[in-house]
Amino acid sequence: MNRFALFAIPLAVFAVIVAFLFAGLGLNPREVPSPFIGKPAPAFQLAQLHAPERAFTQKDLLGQVWLLNVWASWCISCRDEHPLLVEFARTKAAPLVGLNYKDKPEEAKAWLKRFGDPYQLSVSDRDGRVGIDYGVYGVPETFVIDRAGVIRYKHIGPITPEALERKILPLVRELQKS
Amino acid sequence: MTRLLVALLLAAAALPAFAKDAQPTDQDPVAAGRAVRLAEQLRCLVCQNQSIAESNAELAVDLRRQISEQIAAGRSDGEIVDFMVQRYGDFVLYRPPFKAATLLLWLGPALLLLAGLWALARALRRRGRAPDERPLSEAERARAARLLGGEPPG
Repeated sequence: MNRFALFAIPLAVFAVIVAFLFAGLGLNPREVPSPFIGKPAPAFQLAQLHAPERAFTQKDLLGQVWLLNVWASWCISCRDEHPLLVEFARTKAAPLVGLNYKDKPEEAKAWLKRFGDPYQLSVSDRDGRVGIDYGVYGVPETFVIDRAGVIRYKHIGPITPEALERKILPLVRELQKS
Repeated sequence: MTRLLVALLLAAAALPAFAKDAQPTDQDPVAAGRAVRLAEQLRCLVCQNQSIAESNAELAVDLRRQISEQIAAGRSDGEIVDFMVQRYGDFVLYRPPFKAATLLLWLGPALLLLAGLWALARALRRRGRAPDERPLSEAERARAARLLGGEPPG
């Protein structure tokens, strides 16, 4: 083996490992690819937060493109994204439904009163079973659901202005056209 | 006074006797064992380096409850694992399935081992061959003969 190869081979291997590790630094391990993309939104029927005697199911919005936002009053990062959701609701770009996850209805209502209520309606998932059916593991999470009731996108963690402008809004507009 | 103190101390010492043992979540030990074994195979998505069995995150507690309920409902282990994979993806499995996307993950170590063995074999062969690869020059031959105290061969 000549001298060049003696240095070049380990150096090349090292460079490849560094490249992989460096790329890994930029990945967020919290963002697990969702198995729900392209699948029908799981069925549920829950009581509405503000009108517990009335139920809501995912079928009620068939024919519309809508957003399902998982939130809770105990969730700190929900507060971060909340102004954006209020802003989004004002534009009336698409119906926004809140899935109030493992929360006490009184606290949830007080929270909405304090920070504003962007939701067309919220439903109470008190024991988190619907959350499990939707694979929720880090509140807040937001699902984009198309006219046929198929999940097209899932955003994990608080929505950022960039995610809303670059990903969610363009997708909603595109889905509304079809 | 001392008597009262002693009595109080004795009463205090007896307090642990009133402590309750942790209530088992499942009455049936076989089902409970199955639930634990299943929970150990599943990753908690909140604290990703712990299994559902180890984690105290609320989601892990809820998922353990799901497992127990499904066992009670007579579902098989495979069905319960499928239930989790449907919702959280292959990521929940500590033992990822063998498929196209995970080919490198499963075969990578074996490939690395083979590459290492190949490199080792090559290096050893070279090293074994190296000394007798270059024939001795005339001068070296003469010197070797002189050192050995005999006539130069050939």
